[in-house]
Order: sequence, then structure tokens, then C-alpha cells
Amino acid sequence: MEIPLSCYLVLSGILFVCGVLGFLIKRNIITIFMSIELMLNGVNLSFVAFAAQWHALSGQVFVFFVMVVAAAEAAVGLAIIIAVYRTRETLNVDRVNLLKL
Amino acid sequence: MTPNPYLWLVPILPLAGAAINGFFGRRSSKKAITAVALVFCGLAFFLALVIAAGFSSSSAPYYFNLAHWIRAGSFSVDFEFYLDQLSLVMLLVVTGVGFLIHIYSVGYMWDDDGYYRFMAYMNLFMFFMLTLVLAKNYLVMFIGWEGVGLASYLLIGFWFTKDSAAAAGKKAFIVNRIGDFGFLIALFLMIKHFGSLDFTHVFTAVQSLPTETAGVGILTAIGLLLMVGAAGKSAQIPLYVWLPDAMEGPTPVSALIHAATMVTAGVYMVARSSAIFDRAPTAMMVVAIIGTLTALFAATIGIAQTDIKKVLAYSTVSQLGYMFMACGVGAFSAGIFHLMTHAFFKGLLFLAAGSVIHGIGGEQDMRKMGGLRVYMPWTFMTMGIATLAITGIPPFAGFWSKDEILWRAFGASWVYWLIGVVTAFITSFYMFRLMYMTFGGEYRGAVAQKAMVHKADAHGHDDHGHDDHGHGEPHESPWVMLGPLVILAVLSVVGGFVGYGNRFEHFLAPVFQGAGAVAREGAREAGDSTIEYLLMAVSVSVAGLGWLLAYLLYSRLPQLPARIAASLGGLYRAVANKYYIDELYAVLFVKPLIEGSTTILWHDVDQGVIDASVNESAHAAREVSDSLRHMQSGNLRSYAGWVAAGGAVAIAYMVWMGVR
Repeated sequence: MEIPLSCYLVLSGILFVCGVLGFLIKRNIITIFMSIELMLNGVNLSFVAFAAQWHALSGQVFVFFVMVVAAAEAAVGLAIIIAVYRTRETLNVDRVNLLKL
Repeated sequence: MTPNPYLWLVPILPLAGAAINGFFGRRSSKKAITAVALVFCGLAFFLALVIAAGFSSSSAPYYFNLAHWIRAGSFSVDFEFYLDQLSLVMLLVVTGVGFLIHIYSVGYMWDDDGYYRFMAYMNLFMFFMLTLVLAKNYLVMFIGWEGVGLASYLLIGFWFTKDSAAAAGKKAFIVNRIGDFGFLIALFLMIKHFGSLDFTHVFTAVQSLPTETAGVGILTAIGLLLMVGAAGKSAQIPLYVWLPDAMEGPTPVSALIHAATMVTAGVYMVARSSAIFDRAPTAMMVVAIIGTLTALFAATIGIAQTDIKKVLAYSTVSQLGYMFMACGVGAFSAGIFHLMTHAFFKGLLFLAAGSVIHGIGGEQDMRKMGGLRVYMPWTFMTMGIATLAITGIPPFAGFWSKDEILWRAFGASWVYWLIGVVTAFITSFYMFRLMYMTFGGEYRGAVAQKAMVHKADAHGHDDHGHDDHGHGEPHESPWVMLGPLVILAVLSVVGGFVGYGNRFEHFLAPVFQGAGAVAREGAREAGDSTIEYLLMAVSVSVAGLGWLLAYLLYSRLPQLPARIAASLGGLYRAVANKYYIDELYAVLFVKPLIEGSTTILWHDVDQGVIDASVNESAHAAREVSDSLRHMQSGNLRSYAGWVAAGGAVAIAYMVWMGVR
């Protein structure tokens, strides 16, 4: 049985919205970080869905790129988080506001 | 057309003198300043004499192209100089009388702190006046025209710490500006219609046009606008008001600028443009009427003035009116002839008046003079000669030129002639009144003098520099001042003879060839010599009558004038107050202008629109940024919220567009 494209896209949208809401609501940097990954994967899902639908390889290639960049970003991001924790002794983003006016 | 490479040197020499004295005069000795001023001015005079000696009517006009100035398409203006019979006369008058007055100034201004400044301004004036006279096109003439206005402004306001002098300077400049505006528009019209400002081109173009007998055409418009300019510079109705006030300047300035040379620039300009006026009879008539009215009007004011220089100022306005009358009836050479003799005798009158003022310690009120012929015989004699000249007693200079004008005016219309003769009578009366009040009778200043010395100082009368001499007795002026007086007196006696047998007119004839029609008409009437002698007799006898009346009223019966004045009442007050023209102008023009500028231009337009728009836009920008600044809270999640909201809006827009 063929799963229709719309199901993938709805799931992708749900994942993305979850990511956005998590980003906006959560205060812990690590949780925010995970929300970002969630958004990326939501987008990845729609990419592969479209790629499978249209038999176009470029969408899948794109997903690999996104995953590579996300891995690199995760490495850098975690490093930053550790650095922030060492200097500020907190992971609450609302307290990381030195650039505020 | 013959090139003459020396022409440009004549104006440049005084400019060099002005520059040297102006830049270095403050630290130089007075002797050095004197040397520079006199040498450069004298060189210009000498050069003018050399040029005059080499002048021949067959090779005239001479020209010299100094440099290119404006090149725009087919239109071009160069720094070109031009010398024909007309400019030669002006050149000699300006440099000659100018040089004499420079010498006189050495004596008159020696004790003034601003001596170097004065000499620099005088030389600067000479430069501009010579540029005006020697210009080959209207634009270079306009440079000189504006420049003499500037020099006049600087010299009227020479004692600028005195409010009245500063105000008089401004008045002269602003009134002249009104006239210059007319002149400038005339130039624009010339560029538009003839494509050139060069005298030769314009006059050639004009001669191919028909005479504008009916209605107002382009030539009439140009003529009238030129006359507006001339009326400003030469103090004619309605723009004459600045000249009497200009007497605030030092007396040599009054003699040089406001009697002998600058104020005659208007006459020169009208005579120069004779080709244009010849084709525009309406403009000619306006010139004649303005001149005639001014002559009479100013002469009547002169009767009741008590300030010696004010009398002479109104006399100048009146005599300039004669010159315009002459130009207006087509007798351009007669106008220029009177311009020349007037430069001699009016320059002399002012210098002699300056000598009087100098001799009695800065007093200008004739009621405080009297009996001065004993104290200053040379001044008395020379001024007497000048008075005889201006009143037109033969054989003095003024007789020849004034008679020529009256005769030619009669040829145009007996009305001009009648007003001219009445004016001659009034002129004779007020000039001899001046002589009797100043030199006749007993000295009336002696008692008042001691008390008046300080008051005169406080008043800041003419040459306050001399008040600290401690004058007790009036004294004769030094020879450096009397010398020019004597030379000008000789010229006032013999100057008229150049016009004997119409030689002057024949000399100038090539210049006014363009103005043929009116001149021919005059020549036809000139054949009738009986009428000419009759008219001559009339004008001489009215001059004699004026003298007699002045003698009776101011020498024999000195109480009578006051009683006559009292019995005339309002009329006398009107004349003594110059017909309230200044007050009238103040109500009609000056006050509305100031009021309008203050309320509308300043408060409404400048503050209300221009300033307000700048202030309001700055205020609005601050308000907007003040509210937007709260977006930058520093809260990471609020930023993310904005990004999400922006993304949502963008997607919603695209979806909506796609649905539509």
C-alpha cells in the first residue's frame, strides 16, 4: 500500500512546529538545541518525501548535506554550550543576555 | 577699428594702487600710502592723456581684447575695452577730476585714522569707473556699474561707527540695486533678441529694426529698463532718494563719486545706448520727462536746505535731470557736454564746501557760517567761479552746456524749455543763497563755536577728525587742497569753450550717428539763430534774476526769508522736509517689506515651513525608533519568536498568493 505524500508532509509539518514551539518555550539551551534538530529533521523528511514522489535524486543528496552540516553544527553548538556553562554556570537562555540594550 | 594695447592699463593701474594700499596700507607710513595712491591714479591720468594725444577720429574707435570670458554656444563675452569719442571724454573727465580729488583728499583726510582705507577705496572706485567707461560690451560695463556701487557704498559708510553713515551706505546700495535690476533685465532681453552684449553687435542689430513709433516693442522695453538702471545710478525720480543721504560720506567722496563721476554713469549709459533709444521714441520721451521733472523737483528742495552739502546734493540731482532731459530730446552730445562741465564745477563746489567745512571745524550748517570770504579768500573765489558756472552766467562753463541743452529742449517742446528755464532760475537762487549765507555778512559761528566743538563731535558731523584741532577762527585750507580748487576753477571758466561753434558736438557726432533722426531734426531748427540768441538771453536773465533775489533776501534783508517761510507755512515745511518723500517711501515700500518679511517670510515660511519640516521629521524619526527599540530586548527567545512570526507571515502571504 502506497502511503500518500500528504501524510509525509503533515508529519513533517508537525515535527517542524514541535521544533519551533520547543525553541520558543523551552529555556534550557540543550533542549533548544534539540528543538533545532527536530526542525531540521522535519525539513529533511519533506525533502526525502518529495524526492521519492518525483524520483529526483537531488532532494536526497540535499538531506545528506543537511545531516552533515547538522552534525558539524552539533559539535560546535555543544562546545559553545559547555563554554557558556563554564562562564555563566547556567543553561537558562534568559540569563544569557549580555548583548541586551 | 584700431587695436590699442594700452587701453586695459588705464583701469588696472588704480586697481594695483587699491590692492597695495588695501593689503599693506595698515602698516605703511602715511607718506607711502599717499605716494602709492597718487602715483597710480596719476599714471592712469597720464596714460589717458597719452591715449588722448594719439587719438584721431579717423582711426577711432580703438579696442583691445584682454581675455576671453564667457563662451557658450554662439554667445560670447570677452574682457574687451573700447575707446571712441564718447569714452575718451569720459576717460579724461574721470581720470583728470579723479586725480585732482585724490590730491585734495590727501589734505582733507590726512588726520583720519582710516587714511589708508580711504585711499584704497578711492583707487578701487577709479578702477571700476574706468572699467565702466572703457567697456566694449554691456556685461563688462555692468562689472564697472556694480563696482562703483560697491565703492560708493564703502565710501558713504566710511565712518561706519556712525549709525547715520552706515544707514546711508545701505540705502544707497539698496536703492541702486533696484535700478541695477532693471539694467540686468535689459541685458537679458538683449541676449535673447540680439544674441550678444557687444556694443557693436547690438547697435548694428538695432539699426536694422524699424523705429517703434506706435506701441511698445522690444526696443522700448530695453530702453525703459536701461532708464530704470540709469535712474538708480544717476539719482533720478523715483530713485533719487539715496543721493542726499550719501552726503554722510567724506566730502572728497561727495565730490568725486556723488557729483563728478559715478552719478553721471547713468547719463553715459543712456548716451552710449543712443542707438537703442533712437528707435524707441516712447522710451526717449520717458527719459526726457523724468529728467525734466527731476531737474525742477530737486531744485525746489534745494531752496530750503540748510546743510551746505545737502544743497549741493539736490543741485547735483537737478543738474543730472538736465542731462537726462538733453538725452531724452536726442541731444546726447549736449548731455555729455553738460556732464563734463558739471564734473568741473560741481566737483569744485563740493571741494570748496569741503574746504569750508574743514576751515571751520566740521560745521555743515550754513546758518552757522557767514563772512568766510575774509577768512578763506581762495575758497571764496573758486567757489564763486563755480557758482557762476552752475548758474549759467556767460562765459563760464555751465552757460555753454546748459544753454545748449535748453536750446535743444526748445526744439523738442517748449514745455521742456520752460521747466528748464524755471529750474535755471531756482538753481541760480539757491546757489547764490548758499554763497551769501556762507561767505557774505558776518561770521555767525564764532560764539557758538566754542560750545559747539564737543557737540559737533558728538553729532559726528562730516569730518570729525578735524574737531580736535581746537578751532577758534576759521582758517584757509592748506595748498594741497587749494591747488585742485584753483585748477578746477580754471576749468570751470574755460571748459565751456570746447563747445564753442558746436565743436564738441561735431567731435562726438560719429558716436551718435545711430541716433540720426532726432539729431537731424535738431539740426534743422538750429539754423534759426535769432531764436537761439533770444532763448540765450532769457536763460541768462533768469539766472541774473535768481542772483538778484538771493542778494535781496540773504544779503540786504536777512530777516525777510524767515518771514516768507512763516507766511508760506505748510508749503515751506513740505519743501524743507523734502516733500516727505522719504517718509512716503517708508510707508509705501520699506514698512510693508519689513512687515511682510517678518511675519510671512520669517515667521510663517522660514520658521513655520522650512524649520518645522526639518524638526518634525527628526521628531517623527525619534518617536518611531523609540518604539522599535523595544524589539531588541536581548531576549533570545523573543528574537526567535520574531523570526518565526516573520516566517509565518511570509508563508501565509505566499499561500494566499497561490490560492488567489
